[in-house]
This record gives sequence, structure tokens and C-alpha cells, in this order.
Amino acid sequence: MERKKLGLIINPIAGLGGSVGLKGTDGVSEEAIHRGAIPRAEERTQRALTELLANKNQVIVYTGPGSLGGRIAKQMGFPYVVDGALSDGHTTGKTTQDLVRWLQQQDVDLVLFAGGDGTARDIYAAAKASTVFLGIPAGVKIHSPVYAVNPSAAGALANLYLTGKVTKTSEQEVVDIDENQYRHDIINTKLYGYLTIPMEHAYTQNRKCASPPSEATAMETIAARVVDDMEPDTYYLIGAGTTTRAIMQELGLAHTLIGVDIVCNKKLVAKDVYGKQIMQYIRGKKAKLVVTITGGQGFLFGRGNQQLTPEVIKKVGKDNLIILATKDKLFQLRGQPLLVDTGNAELDQKLSGFYRIICSYYETAVGKVATN
Amino acid sequence: MRGFPNHPYIPDSDPKIQKEMLKEIGMTSLDQLHHDIPNSIKMHKELNIPEAFASEYALQRHVEGLLNKNTTCKDNLNFLGAGCWQHYVPALCDDINSRGEFLTGYGGEPYNELGRFQSLFEYASMMAELVGMDVVNVPTMDWAQAAATTARMAQRYTGRPEVIVPELLDPDKLNIMYNYCEPDVTFVQVKCDKQGLIDLKDLAAKITDKTAGVYFENPGYLGQLEVNAQKISDMAHKAGALSLVGVDPITLGVVAPPSDYGADIVCGDLQPLGIHMNYGGGQAGFMATRDEERFVMEFPSRLFGIAPTSKAGEYGFGDVAYDRTSFGHLREKAKEYVGTQTALWGITAGVYLATMGPRGMEEVGQTMMQNAQYAVRKLNEIHGVKANSLGGAFVKEFVVDFTDTKKTVAKINKALLAKHIFGGKDLSKIFPTLGQSALYCVTEIHTCEDIDRLAAALAEVTR
Amino acid sequence: MEMKRIDRSQKVRVGFHEAKWDEAIIYELSKPGERGILVPKADKKVVDAVGNGVSMLPKGLRRKQAVNLPELSQNHVLRHYMRLSQETLGADVNIEIGQGTCTMKYSPKINEQLARGIFDLHPEQDPSTAQGIMEIFHETDKYMQEISGMSRFTFQPGGGSQGLFTMGSIVKAYMNSKGETRDEFITTIYSHPSDAAAPALKGYKIIYLQPDPKTGVPDLEAFKAVCTERTAGFIQANPEDTGLYNSNIAKFVKYAHKMGALCCYDQANGNAVLGVARAKEAGFDMCHFNLHKTFSTPHGCGGPACGATGVRAGLEEFLPAPLIDFDGKKYFFNYKFENKKFGVHKVRAYYGVAPVVLKTYCWIRSLGPNGLYQVTKTAVLNNNYMFKKMLEIPGISAFYITDDNQRVEQCRYTMEKIYKDTGVSTTDIQRRMMDFGMHYWTSHHPFFLPEPITLEPTESPSKEDIDEYVNTLKYVFKECYDNPEYVKSAPHSSTTHQVDESVMDDPKKWATSWKVYLRKYK
Repeated sequence: MERKKLGLIINPIAGLGGSVGLKGTDGVSEEAIHRGAIPRAEERTQRALTELLANKNQVIVYTGPGSLGGRIAKQMGFPYVVDGALSDGHTTGKTTQDLVRWLQQQDVDLVLFAGGDGTARDIYAAAKASTVFLGIPAGVKIHSPVYAVNPSAAGALANLYLTGKVTKTSEQEVVDIDENQYRHDIINTKLYGYLTIPMEHAYTQNRKCASPPSEATAMETIAARVVDDMEPDTYYLIGAGTTTRAIMQELGLAHTLIGVDIVCNKKLVAKDVYGKQIMQYIRGKKAKLVVTITGGQGFLFGRGNQQLTPEVIKKVGKDNLIILATKDKLFQLRGQPLLVDTGNAELDQKLSGFYRIICSYYETAVGKVATN
Repeated sequence: MRGFPNHPYIPDSDPKIQKEMLKEIGMTSLDQLHHDIPNSIKMHKELNIPEAFASEYALQRHVEGLLNKNTTCKDNLNFLGAGCWQHYVPALCDDINSRGEFLTGYGGEPYNELGRFQSLFEYASMMAELVGMDVVNVPTMDWAQAAATTARMAQRYTGRPEVIVPELLDPDKLNIMYNYCEPDVTFVQVKCDKQGLIDLKDLAAKITDKTAGVYFENPGYLGQLEVNAQKISDMAHKAGALSLVGVDPITLGVVAPPSDYGADIVCGDLQPLGIHMNYGGGQAGFMATRDEERFVMEFPSRLFGIAPTSKAGEYGFGDVAYDRTSFGHLREKAKEYVGTQTALWGITAGVYLATMGPRGMEEVGQTMMQNAQYAVRKLNEIHGVKANSLGGAFVKEFVVDFTDTKKTVAKINKALLAKHIFGGKDLSKIFPTLGQSALYCVTEIHTCEDIDRLAAALAEVTR
Repeated sequence: MEMKRIDRSQKVRVGFHEAKWDEAIIYELSKPGERGILVPKADKKVVDAVGNGVSMLPKGLRRKQAVNLPELSQNHVLRHYMRLSQETLGADVNIEIGQGTCTMKYSPKINEQLARGIFDLHPEQDPSTAQGIMEIFHETDKYMQEISGMSRFTFQPGGGSQGLFTMGSIVKAYMNSKGETRDEFITTIYSHPSDAAAPALKGYKIIYLQPDPKTGVPDLEAFKAVCTERTAGFIQANPEDTGLYNSNIAKFVKYAHKMGALCCYDQANGNAVLGVARAKEAGFDMCHFNLHKTFSTPHGCGGPACGATGVRAGLEEFLPAPLIDFDGKKYFFNYKFENKKFGVHKVRAYYGVAPVVLKTYCWIRSLGPNGLYQVTKTAVLNNNYMFKKMLEIPGISAFYITDDNQRVEQCRYTMEKIYKDTGVSTTDIQRRMMDFGMHYWTSHHPFFLPEPITLEPTESPSKEDIDEYVNTLKYVFKECYDNPEYVKSAPHSSTTHQVDESVMDDPKKWATSWKVYLRKYK
């Protein structure tokens, strides 16, 4: 049987900062080591790879030398190949990106990476949409849902995916917190993009009921609703997110995943616009804003839709806000309100209240929008 | 309300135990439960229903007394059919479906309720052979429900809103289909000829590019075999529509399966297969299609499939196509609803088919046909009675026209009743063009003497 | 060897193993020539008169080959199905607490026995010959009316979902009769998925109310924000599957009525309120009961069942027909009450699943008003006792615990902490519980709460039964920490091992029947 190619990337300095109270490692790894931090990423990777030991002879691990992955692969007895062009000396974000590129050239089936939000950002910077990734949590900040809940879970899911028992994938957000602000107790996440990860068959066989549609189909039905309700001569601002992207795909238009695009009469008017640019298009015209939940913690505005300035939102107005979310995404909030932090406290207050969130072609859910 | 200490169905109604349990949760009285129901909507008086029987014996005596006010199709000679039929129920069927495990199973997994999954998989497998298809659902409510879902499936499959139905269809069935299918499917009625068969010319006129499918039954509601079945399927297919066929499965030991004449979706009722009439409570509908992804995706219900387990030598079961993504039906509403239906009847039908085997199914079909044809012969000897007035081929049901006797079916049936005979269903109000006609059903449970007795009685009451 | 008394202090049934026959698929047991029954043949006189009978079949409609059914002798058929029944964990054999929302209570055997009395009744027999069963229908209708406060019931719906569909149909019929074109229906996230799917089938757009994150019940202000003149109906279960009761329900109903909408009460959880609260006092226009849940009729592996549906005075004309009425002397089928133009007319063949109605009648007559009240109070007591015991297990909690609220007859717990600590999920626990002869249920999809567990004791188990169930859970949760792999690879002493479901999504690999399996697998 043909062996599967497993890419492996360990961020050797991931997690250093947290154990010594530094709330993150970016730019402070030397301070961390000075404070006595011990790198844990390799140990967590080992835990993950343990789940694959039973199938060790059906995979070949592709990785970087030494602490980037080669050492642990050798130690555990996996057949492995190392990217000779890299060195595990002074590793930076660029090292991660180079390794990602090399792995993609090797056409690996899955890339397991150990790190935190910062690592995920670096991965994303070099990732192709067709590559499947999965994160082993080893960093301090783990807000991105591209990470499994713990190292064993990562290894178990990787095993299921490589043996063909799990076949579905989904796109998950890569977010990160501004570490400087975080250190001063200010949480400000930003959406960087999406990575494709394997999706566990999360549902039990529910014996009494029909199955719900898959996430991908749900997004398509939501998009169909929005498109069918589109009014003529109205400017639709399509915000960031995979759910909103489905609208552009339904219309067959070019688009940006984390940017704001403008559509009117079902045609693309402008791509990847922000603040002042948007105002130029919509000033004096009928406009609607289509947004979904992004950036972790259930934010509607303020964590991934920064292009939507208070001026834009004010002009569009509360009544022209169209909010989308698949049931899966909405349920993750468990009834907590959608949050707004536009930068303008008065506007935030105005936007608060109840909205109908579109979750399929024929279903909406009542959601509360609040400032906290 | 006073409560009922030590009721046999409620172990913890023992006052001592109740007190212990209340204490453990920090309460002293049952009144402290239901704390979140406001007093304004709580009941403050006793339910006005009869007090409990003092013993199980008293219940038995009372209910048996009530049931003795009925006379059954064993006490009388029965010729009623029309959607619910009297057939022989093998002893094994009642034995198995009264097994406590099957009777009280419900929503377990294919591990701890493997028996349920396997017996339903086997039922589906046997039905698949009987109707000539590959995929059969866990049974739904009744034939009408199966037909209604079949119509909706056709609509989803083709994207078209109309389904053609014969005008000679059970009106109750049609009402159920209307209610279930609006607003997404509209039904167009096609005329039937003197033999009760679909008028092909009218059909040609009614099939358009809005037709999702042509639904017909074989045998039809009035017992007639649809001789043009293949032609009807061809006409549907030519227009890009589906051929939807409703069948009575007990006829399929001798009658060709619908797959032989182009059916795409088959539906029908399982009740003749080992299920007692139960005053109309034995109905169970089924749907069946070929093993094609597009059809599988359109089933609203769960479909079980066989699967390996982590141990060699075991069969397991699971849901086929659990994430049933619609084929571009993004603008659709929910794919119907799914809930408890008639699974135990599915298991029973499986036991029946396994017990009967291929020979049994062939023989029961032949016996029904012979008995029914004999009945037609004997009834036609009676002056003024026209048995099989439609004139075509039939299996177990046929129309008897009493118009020339100058007596109404109602009067005739009343007279038959006095002789402990249940006459055929009165069709005079639902199909007035047939005059004073009735639908008679003759099956394998009728002996020669039974039929002779009917003939003699009819001869007398129509004199 | 001395026979000592057995020590029963071990609370967990570690020695359990479910029946495992490795029973072949029935086709594999087929032996050509064997048969299970001799079928009646036509009398000689008949054959002499009409010949072989089948020659009447037109060409093209004659079956060409014998149908491919298994050939077994009768005792082999019996043995096969007896083994399969042993491999089915029905309510009769286990401590039925694990199937939350299903209300798996004791189905009295006397009722089964009595139901045999209607085996041979044809639904279209002259009513004079069926007065007994008609009386049972009529009386049971009256009991349902009293229990709910509604005015009239139909027994046609063959299950809870069909009951919900009937209510959706009645709402639409009513709105049509008033010339209204309202197109929205409001329900809640924790109601059964059919509460949305059934009205959607009638063309309605669905609006979900989410549970308040603190109290777990829908928020009145959120409801008011979306209940408008476009709302045709509002439908919810109360208490919901979390076991929480929306105390403001009467306010919801009042507001909905103000907006001109009808209110439907999904009483699948009726076991929570018998004799305690009714649809009527809360203001509902209609409700449905699952007779195979609250009213004890057996579940039958998924039916036959009944979703008895009742309406308040003024809506009877929309009920499906016929209703069975009494004219002072005899019982008869009433079609006159129907609104011929707008009524629902029919949802199911004939009058309903008669054996289920009969068993319900018997059950109610065996309990009377005080018994029904006792049923509900004991079910709720059992659940609250269990709730306390469950929360004592390390790692187990329930959402929405406030200082104030109380669960009713069931509860949704979560094992999220255990999952985060050990990687063992709620579906793994489900499989491991089978090793002790128990069921365990999670939740409807999609999961709103993480790693959910929904358990409903009903009034049937005893305190000892509940203790055994909770102790077993405790044992298994501890195993998650000590030996997670063992839990994740469960079941170990059930009928089969873990099913490999990867074939289920691949059209080239799935097999829905034996013939398909033979075609695809060698």
C-alpha cells in the first residue's frame, strides 16, 4: 500500500513565554530562556505522534532537521525525510514558512504543526488552500481553531485522516492576539486568514432524526437566501469570512476572503476596500452590509472586519445589517451575544439589540448584539 | 392531588422511599418539585378522569367487556379490502414482534441494538428483491405517506413541481398526499378508461416539462392491473419525468416487480405481509429506489447500510450518507421530517417474507388469484350482479356492480351483515360513475365454502 | 464446595456481556428447498373452475423468476430472529435511563394482551360491529381533553413528528381560512428538530429562539423582537430537552396571540406535567402527546406509535377527519364537523393506530387521576435525585444552573471538562456504557452544548436502579483518566465492536441491502 506523506513542523520556541509569565513568545524568546523557560513543543509533538505509532510503517514523515521535527521523528522510529536546506539554529517565522513551502513541493497529504497562534500565522503566510493542516497545541496563545483540543487529539485525528477514516475537511480561522496589548491585558484579535483542517465526524449517529446539512452546504444555502433577497441598485458590502464568501461564489464573482468586497445588481463593484474607499461608493446610495462572526470570541465588528469603519457602519445603518452564521458557528457561542467594538462607543450602543441571523435558506435564529 | 402510593408501575411511589429521596435533595414534599411552573398556570384540581381500576383483573374484565361489543373478521366472513386486507398471519410473526426486546427497543446504537439494525437491514434486503430495487427505507406510516414522500422525492430529484396521479385513486390517500405535499408539489389528475386503466391519450396531454413524475398503482385502488405499465414509464421518461409506482407487496410473488417495467421509485403498504389489520393500525409504508447516489440523497429518512467493524468476522451497521447534502437544492426547505414511524412492522414483514420464502410468495399469489377468479365466476351467476365490472385482469380485488339489482350497496351490505358477512366497500359515493358498485377482496384466507356462502347470500339479498 | 451467599455490594455490572451470536445475515442461512410455512392452496372445486389463475396476468406483468428470498425451515427462521431479539437492548431488559427525551417507561404487558383483541378488526367494518373499539377511541379522546384542557383530539398522527406536522397543518388551514398569508413560524433551539422541519414542510420560514446563556430558556424580549404580523405560529416544548421549564411561557403565548399567531405546545415531554400543568392554562391553542412515550405504549424499535393532537374550542373544524362521536345511543364516524374547504382533511389512513390508542386507554385506566399525578411527581423526583447524584461526579456539570431554577423530568449534562482533560468524548462514553448493558444519549444535532449527555429516568426505575446507573457512569468517567484508550475503543462486551463507518459516505462502498453488498463486495 502506498505510504502517506506526513509533513511535520515544530516551532521549537513555541510555548516558551507562557510558563514564565510572558503571555507569548514573539520577540521575547531570549527573555523567556533567561527566565528559565524550557521548550515543550517537542514533548507535545511526541504525544501527538504516539497516536500514529501503530501505523508508523504506512507513513513517511517529511520535516525539518533537529528540533524542527527530524529529531523526534528519528527518536520515535518513523521513516523520515529532512529538508536539507534548513537549519534548526536560530529559527524564526521565516523558517516555518520555508518549511511549509518545501512540504507543499513534496506534495504531503497532511501537515502537522506544533506551536501557537503565532506559528499558525506563519504557516498561513506560506500555505496553499489545497494543503491540509492540523495544529498540535504547544504555544501559549491558542485562539485559532486550527488547533486540536490537545496533542493526543491532534495525533488521533491525523491518524484517522491519513488512514482514510476521516475524509472531510473544513476551513478554520487563523487569528492572533496583539501580544503587546495582551501583556497589558488588552485583548485585541485579528483575523489573518483560513487553513483547511480535517473535520472529525463530530456527530454521533443520531438515531431518531434526520441529519443536518454539512457546514459547506449550510453556507451555500445561506448564500442562496442572501442572493435571492438582493434588491436592485443596492450596494452590498460583503464582509470577511467563509460564510460571506459563499455569496461571492454563488454569484461567480472574484472576491477576497478577509477583505470587504462590494456587489451591486449582482455584479462586482470593488474588491478589498476599506473605510474611505467604501464611503466613496456608498455615499448617497442604498447600501446593506453583510457580515458574519469572525476573529474568535464571537465578534461582529472589531476583530476581523476592521475595514468597516464607524463611518461606514453608521451610513449603512442598523436596519440594513444582514448577519449570517451557520448553526455550527452560532452554537459555539452558546447563546452569548455577538459583540461589537467599532471604536465608537455611541455607535456600539446603537447597534445593540436583537437581530435575525440567517442560518440557512429558510431558517434564521434570533441573536443578541451587545457591547460586552 | 393525592398521589398513588405503591403503584405497580412506579417503584418509587413507596412513601418511605419517596421520603428518603426527597430528604436527599433537601425537600420534604413533592409539592416542592415543579418549582418553575408559575402557580397561575398550575392545575389546582384533580383530573376529571375515572379512578384507577382496583386490580389488573378488573382492567382486563372491563376492556374485554368492551372488546366483546365488537365482532371481528373471524366472527364474520369478511370481503373488505380497499387499503387494509385480511391475510393469514403466520404464528412466527406475532411471536417475534411480541418479543420484549423488539417490542421495547428504540434508539440504541448498532452495538447494543444490533438485532434491530440487522432485522431491519434484512427486511430491506428482502423487500428490495421483492420490488426489484436496491434501497428500501425503514417503514413510514402508511402507503399514503410513502406515496406523498415519493412525490416530494420526485420533485426534489427533477426540480419540477407536478406529479400526475390517476383519477381512480383512494380519495383518503389523495387527501393525505395533498396535505403533505403542498405547497411544493401539485397533483394533476389523469383520466381513467372504462377498465379503470390510465387513459394514455389524456396522459400524453398532461405530461409536460413541469412533470416531476407519473404516479400509478399496480394493482390500482379498484384492483385492476395496469397493463400499460411499461408504456406509462416510457412516456414519463421521455419527458424527463420519473415513473412512480405504488404496489401491494403480497402480489409480487406472481406479479412482475415494478423494476421490470421502468419504475424509478416504488412505494406501497407492508400490512399484508404478516401484520394484522388492527382496525387500521397495521399500516406501514415503504419506498424503494435503485442504488444511485442521487436517489439515495433524496430519501428523507435514515438508511441503514452494512459495514465492517474493528474485528474481523463481524457485521456492523450504520447510517448511509449521513450528511445528506442536497444536489444543488440550496433553495429547499427541510428535507421533510423524520421521527418514530412503524419499524416493528418492518421487522414483522421481514419475518413474514423469510417464513414464506420464494415458494410461499408464489403460492399465496396463485391462491389469491384462483379464489378471486372463482368468486367472480360465482357472483356473475347471480342475476343483476356484474362481478369484475371493469373487465380487466386483477389479483385479489375487483369491482362488483349491483346497479341492475335495483338495490343499493348500502342495503345489500346491511342484509349481508345480518348473515354475518362483511360485504365489499361501498364505492357509490366516492366514484358515482360506477353506480351502485362495491370493492370486493378475496384472498388466500377464503375457502371454496366461504365464497359459495357469499354467492348464496348475495343471491338471496338481491332477489 | 460450600455455597456462600453472593456478595452484591459491587455496584457496577462489570461482568456483563451482551448476547453475541455472530449471527449471519439471513440470506447466508438459506438452503434451497427449505420452507418456513405451508400456504393455503385453492380448493379443488376452485381450481377445476378457473385453472391455475395466474394465466390471467397479462404478458409483461407476469413475474419471470421466483423472487429471491431466503429459504429456511420454520425453526431456523425462529431461531434467527430470537437471536436477533436477544441482541437488542430493549427497555424490558435494561435500566432505561440513558435514552433521554424518549421517555422509556414500563409498557404494561396486560395492555399487550388486551390489544390482541383488535387484531382481526377491519377499519371499514360497519360501525355497529365495532362499537367496542370506537368507545375506546372516544373515551381516550375525552381523557386527553381533560389532561390537556384542549377541546378535541385526533389520533391519526402516527408519531410525534407527524403530530407536529398536523399542528403545522392546522395553523396553515386556520390562516388560509382567514385569508392570511403569514409565512413565519417561531420555535426554539432546544425543541425537537421536527418542530422546525414540520412547519417548514408547509412552506413556513423558521425563526429559532436561542436559549439565554444564563437561564437556558428563551428570552421574552428576543421573542417579541421577532413575533410580528408575519408570524403564523409559535411552537415549543416546555420543559425542553435540557429539563428546564420556561416560566414565562404564558407571556410568550399572550404576546403571540396579540400578534395574531397560534401557539402549539409540543408535549413530547408530557411526562413532566401530567396532572400538574396543562396546555390550556398556559394559553396554548393546540398540543400533541407522544402516546408511545408519556402514555407507555411500547416503542417498537421505532413505531408503530401515535402523536395524539388536540385543539382548543374553535379550531376543531380543522382537525383531520373523521372523529369518533357518540350520539347518545351509539358511536359513529363524524365527518360533519369538518371545514370542507380549509380543513386538514387527513394526515394518516383510517382513524389512527388503534392498538396504540387501546394501550393508552388501558394505561390511563390503570392509573386514574392520582396515578397520573404520581407518575409525573415520581419521574420528576427521580430526575432531581439523579441530578444531585450526577453533579457529585467529578468533571460532570450541567449548564444553566442558577440559584433559582430546578430541572423537571430530564436533564442535559456536559462532560466537557473530562473531554478536555482526557480526550475522551461523549460518544466514546456512549459506547463504553454498552459494556454494562446500558443506553446513554447525547443530544440532537448540531450539538448546542459541548459533549452533552441527556438522561431521563421516568417513573419506572427505582432508586437502586438510578444508583446503579450513576455508579456505572462514575466508574466509566474515572476510566477516562486511568485508561482512556480502553474507553475510546469501546464497546468491548457488547454485540459487536466499533463500526467502521468510512464506507458509509462513499457511493461506491455503501450497501443498503444484501444484494447491493454482494454486488460490491467479493
